[in-house]
Order: sequence, then structure tokens, then C-alpha cells
Amino acid sequence: MPPEVVYPPRCMSHTAPATNCYAKENAQLRAAFHWPSPTRTSAWDITRMNADKTFTILDKEQLIPGQTSKLVVSAPQIALKAKPGNFVILRIAEKGERIPLTIADTDPEAGTITMVYLVMGKSTAMLDELDKGDEILDLCGPLGKPTHISTEAGTVVCVGGGTGVAAMHHIAKGHHRAGNKVVAVIGARSKDLLLFERELGQFCDKVLIATNDGSAGVQGFVTGVLQDYLENESDIGEVVAVGPVPMMAAVAETTRPFEVKTTVSLNSIMLDGIGMCGACRVTVAGDTRFACVDGPEFDGHEVDFTELSNRLAAFKTMEQAAHDHYCKCKCDD
Amino acid sequence: MTEPIKKKKKPLAPRVPMPNQPPAERVKNFEEVALGYTYELAVNEARRCLQCKKPLCVKGCPVEVPIPQFIAHLAEGNVGLAYETIKTTNSLPAICGRVCPQENQCEGACILNKKDQPIAIGRLERFAADQYVHIDACDLLTGRRDCVPVDPSKRVACIGSGPSSLTVAGYLSSRGVKVTVFEALHEVGGVLVYGIPEFRLPKDRIVAKEISALGLQEVEFVTNSVGGKTFSIQDLFDRGYQAVFIGVGAGLPKFLNIPGENQNGVYTSNEYLTRVNLGRAYDFPNYDTPVIRAKNVTVYGGGNVAMDAARTALRLGAESVRVVYRRTVADMPARREEIEHAEEEGVIMETLAAPLAFSGDDRFNLTSVKLQRMELGEPDASGRRSPVPVEGATYELDTDLAIIAVGTRANPLLISNEPELKLNDWGYVQVDEKTGETSIPNVFAGGDIVTGAATVILAMGAGRRASKCIAKRLGCEREGD
Repeated sequence: MPPEVVYPPRCMSHTAPATNCYAKENAQLRAAFHWPSPTRTSAWDITRMNADKTFTILDKEQLIPGQTSKLVVSAPQIALKAKPGNFVILRIAEKGERIPLTIADTDPEAGTITMVYLVMGKSTAMLDELDKGDEILDLCGPLGKPTHISTEAGTVVCVGGGTGVAAMHHIAKGHHRAGNKVVAVIGARSKDLLLFERELGQFCDKVLIATNDGSAGVQGFVTGVLQDYLENESDIGEVVAVGPVPMMAAVAETTRPFEVKTTVSLNSIMLDGIGMCGACRVTVAGDTRFACVDGPEFDGHEVDFTELSNRLAAFKTMEQAAHDHYCKCKCDD
Repeated sequence: MTEPIKKKKKPLAPRVPMPNQPPAERVKNFEEVALGYTYELAVNEARRCLQCKKPLCVKGCPVEVPIPQFIAHLAEGNVGLAYETIKTTNSLPAICGRVCPQENQCEGACILNKKDQPIAIGRLERFAADQYVHIDACDLLTGRRDCVPVDPSKRVACIGSGPSSLTVAGYLSSRGVKVTVFEALHEVGGVLVYGIPEFRLPKDRIVAKEISALGLQEVEFVTNSVGGKTFSIQDLFDRGYQAVFIGVGAGLPKFLNIPGENQNGVYTSNEYLTRVNLGRAYDFPNYDTPVIRAKNVTVYGGGNVAMDAARTALRLGAESVRVVYRRTVADMPARREEIEHAEEEGVIMETLAAPLAFSGDDRFNLTSVKLQRMELGEPDASGRRSPVPVEGATYELDTDLAIIAVGTRANPLLISNEPELKLNDWGYVQVDEKTGETSIPNVFAGGDIVTGAATVILAMGAGRRASKCIAKRLGCEREGD
């Protein structure tokens, strides 16, 4: 059974941090970790000559207050090319890191893409500070291989957990447009935390729900609902799962005895997202593959999920340090 | 009657050494190691040049810098003229003077190399460029006092913003072509920015300035744009570009293919250097990109990238850094200077050793590597003695950070999305040797995506060849070219 996802504590203050606080905190951290002082100080604007490209946030909606939000961002070039399954890499500030986010929806005519994020560390907390009208510094995409959508897949069961429901939504939509029958299975801890229920309802033949507390749908996990569905229905061409690693692993184990094709969208650590570094490497059927260019979707029955979750923990201490440091500055203010 | 005194040949002075930051100091910072010549040192070195009538050095330079001429200006103390002379064929001299393997190129071809020490051409180029790095790129490239006005109807797109594309941008924009450079990452410069570390090539002081000089020639840079993903080659033609130059490099890392390679703590050199150079991970948490800081580091490979990674790890506070190489130090493909610098700084050369497996703890973190002792066998057909394992001689080394620097292959993103583009047997783009044109008309390619991982200056040479052909087709080649 998939364990419940534990989120790090968040700072709810929305005031801008004081810069001197950063300096003080940085010095303390550096001393604690025995790191040498930085040497490069000057600005770096010269090589960022991003000709008239701005990525403005046109709309922001809090899906789960303080935790999950949806952004509609102006990015005409990406909107034109993006297909279900693609993702973007973004950077929020000059000193920021590159983080991957799945494209949850596109509107090529309006020139926008939709992204859904869960606030779980410094970068997503910083993203959450942005509002309608603000700009995202760097947005690169669409990246990754698009979902393989066959027009003769039969019924496609799309399973989503947590923020993964947003990514799953785009894939489900693609299957629906190709003429496949789509059944969505979504899960959350309770009713209030369910995502995209309404959107999925607009085109899915069925939306099956599982909540841990039973406040909506069936009590339990999505795998329970999926198990029932697999036992009682036939003509299931494919199962797609997007969500936390333990959930995707559990889905793959649920479908394995039924021998149903199972596709998972992997969320490994990424740096460039264009196949240059191998930070996102995963083992699939014994081979090393790069999630950013060979994926992010792979056959769930062949993915080494244990390795993936171990690799996701690679920077845990540093992530925590960066996040605590960010929160402390904000809250002290 | 006295016999005329035979003019005695003056013995040649030795090559003027380059001042460096002392090793004990420099391992604690990311500042440039080689400090560069002073005016006096540069003039002294320039005066050693014999001013050959048929200079071999120029033939050794992929972009054909008029070397004797610029050195003559330097010998007379006229740094400005020297710089202008270099800039007529080389749009990035401050970079080339630093990172070119001159011993295999201009300096390797220098006639003095036969008996004596060659002229320090690279150091002189660097000296001249550093004094002027720069503005007025246009004047200097065209050799005229006025810039050719950019004609907006002549448009060329470069994919990738590394050295080959920057050369194309410099050459064509100085001839009035509107050039747009598309870069996938968020900073322009390719390997100059994400690969070569700050202590060899300062980013703000040198790279940013050389690139911004191109901005003055109305070169447009578009970041976050991935060829093959954000746009296709056809999109570029649809948008009115008349020619396309592909300079996407060879960025796909190779692995060792041994057990345990996917454990935490095993990085490719691309990942490690990108985190540190592009992400400024050495300044975490001031910058957000994290990188592992380790006690015992092992680096696999013997090229420049391996030296860069090893020296970076030292600067990030490692207690021991070893470069593991299956042959000897003499066989390493890295530049001599880089190997010497690394050794001075305390990098241990673990030669005649090959990795067999990585092991880790129960939390998937790297703890040690198993190595195979090697010895040099009989010379093979190429005359090189190939390493063979010494039977039974394996040993373990503690390591909590392993960096794999055993080379790269062609960047897959663009070429896998452009089926029309013909590739050669090694998976690199196939081009016409003279013009650099690919199998698609008016699409040119150069640099590592054609040759496989090579040097900055070879990429620039390829860019220059393609530029000449593009300029001719667009009808904007200068007379005499």
C-alpha cells in the first residue's frame, strides 16, 4: 500500500524577505557546512539577452490553499508545440535553480500553457510568491517525448495522485481526443484535496475517486479502485499512472497480474532537461535511460522504482537547508 | 687587414613564463589560475618571434590569425594594433588565448619548436585581447572604420550558442547579416559557460564581454529555445531565415557501464560542471542549485574535462581527489599545462587503473569503487601500447563522489527530430568538408556535432568555413575574401 506523502512544513508568510537576512543566514550556513566563501559577485545579465521573450503569468488559481496552485502562463511558442506528456524547465530568479514542471494543459490559440505545482521546497515556494501579471524568468520547452497515443487503445484508465493528476489530465485529454474511451481514477487524502475532478468529468466516461478518509468516493487508495475496475471490466487497453513514486510503483504492481500495458510518467531530478547531463537517469528493463529525452513516460512494469526513489533523495539535506533558510528569512521578517 | 667579424648568432632567450596564482592560494578560490603577461613580459616574449616569411604558425591555426603580424605590433609595443590584427579573423581571442591547445596548433607548428621553445602565441593573444576585451568588434572584424549596416532582409539563424555559432554570428553580422542565435539553456555561451570552469575562463570578465560585443553588431540571442523541440529547422525557414547554422555540440555524456553507476554520488562530468559553473552550486545556498560536497573524490578519464572536474572538486573542499586513468600520465589527452596545474594543486593521478564497480551504503549513497590494476601491453597497430588488466590485481578506494569524464556523443535532441538531416557512421552530422553544408540545402553545421568532442578553436574554424559560404550565397562577401 502506498505510504502517505509527507510534505515539509511550509512558511505561510507572504511578505518579501529582507536581503540582509539572507546574508546573515548564508554566512551561518556556510560556516555550519564548512564551505568556502563565494568569489563571483558581479551581475551576469550580459549573457541573458532574451530577445523580447517574456513569460507572463496571466492567471493564478489556488487549487488547495497554501499547497497547490495552477498557473496559466503566456508562452506562445511552447503552447504551439506542446503535446500531452511534455514538460517544461523553469527558473524563477537570477540565483534560482532549474526545475521541471509538467504541462497540464495548453491553449495554442491563446498562446498559453497551464502548469500545476505543489509547494514543497524553496523553488516552488518562490514560484508561489508570484502572482497574476508577474513574469517567470526562464521557461524552456516543450521537453520530453510526448505520450504515445494510439487511436485504437480501447479503454484507457488514467490514474492520478497528488499533483500528478494535473499531468495525468493532459494525457487523458489526448487519449479522449484520439477517440479512446477514458476512465479517470483520482485520489487524495480527503475530498477538499481532490484535483481536476470537474475538468476530468467533462470528457472522461467515468471519474472514479478514492479518498483516504472516505469523504468522497471509495475509502482507500487509488490502487484499490483500480483493482476493482480491472477485475470487473474487460477491454482495458492501457493504464496510465502519474503521481508520487510509491503510487506509481503500487499501480504497476496492481496491473502486473492482469498483464495490462502500464505507462508511468517519471519525476526524476533534472538539471538541463535536454539530455546533456544524465541527472534524471533511470533504469528501465535493465538499461539506463534519461527521463528528460527518452521519457518521462516508460513502461511501469520495467521501471526500477526503488532506484528512482533513492535518487530523488540525493539532495534531501541540502533541499531542507535551502527551504528552512528561505522560510526562516521570510518568517523572521 | 682584419678579417670581418662574423656576426655571431644571438642565442634565443627562453620563453617568458606566465605568472600564476600560487597553488596553495588558488585551491581555495575559483579565480583564474593563470594571471597573464604584463606589458613588459608580453613585449619581451613578442621579441623572440623570428617573423618567418612563410609562417607555419598561421597554418596551424584553424581560424588563420595573422600571427607574425600581430606579434610584430606587440614587439613594437603597439597593443592596439596587435589586437585589431587578431580580431580580423578571430572573434573570441580572449577565450582562444586561454583555452586553445596551442601546443598542437599554432605553437606546435612554430619553427622554433624544432630546436627551442616555441613562441607563446596563446599567451600573447590573450594579453592583447585582455587589454581591449571588448567593444568595437565590428570595426575590428571588418577591418574598416565603419560598420556595415545590418540588412534586415538577410537573416541567418544559429542553433546553439557555443563557440562555432558565436563565430558564425561574428563573421556574418560584421558583413551586414542579421543573425539570431537560439540557445536551449538560460545563458549564452555553450561549453564556455557550463563546461569550462571559472578558474580557467572567467565568465563575467571575459566570456560575457566577448559575447556582448556581438550584441553591438545586432546579433540577437534567444535563450530557452530548444532546436528540435521549441522550433524545427523548417520553422526557421518559414520565419524568413535564409540559412541555418547548426552548432549544437556533442553534449550527450558517455558512461562507464559498470555496476552501481546510478547510485547517488556518481555524476557525469557534464552534470557536475553544469551544476557548479552554470548553476553556481559552489555558492549554495546563495544560489539554489545544490551539488554534493565530498571528502574523497574520484574522476574517471584523462582529458581536459577530467582535469576541470578534479580541480573543481578540490576547490569545493574535497580532502583527496584522484584522477583514475587506465594508461599513464604521458598518455593523457589533457593539455600538459592543465595536468601540471592539477598536480600542483594536489590532484593524485591514479594511473594504470580501471573502474570495475561502484558500491554504496543502504541509503544508495556511493562509498567506494573497485579498481582493476592495468599494465601497458605490446604496441598495437597504431603504435600505442594498450592497457591490459593485471590478473587478480584489484583494489578498493573510498570514494563518496565519482565523476565520469570519459567523453560525450552527439546531442540527440535536434538530430533525432530532423529526419532529413543525414548522419555519418558515428551518428554525427554529415557535412561537405569545404563548406560545412549538410544534406539539407542552406543548412550548415560545424563544431562538435560534426566532428565529435573536440576543441573550442576547431569549432570556431568550422564556423568560419560555413560563414564564408553563407556570406557568398547571401551576396555579402567582402572583396578579396
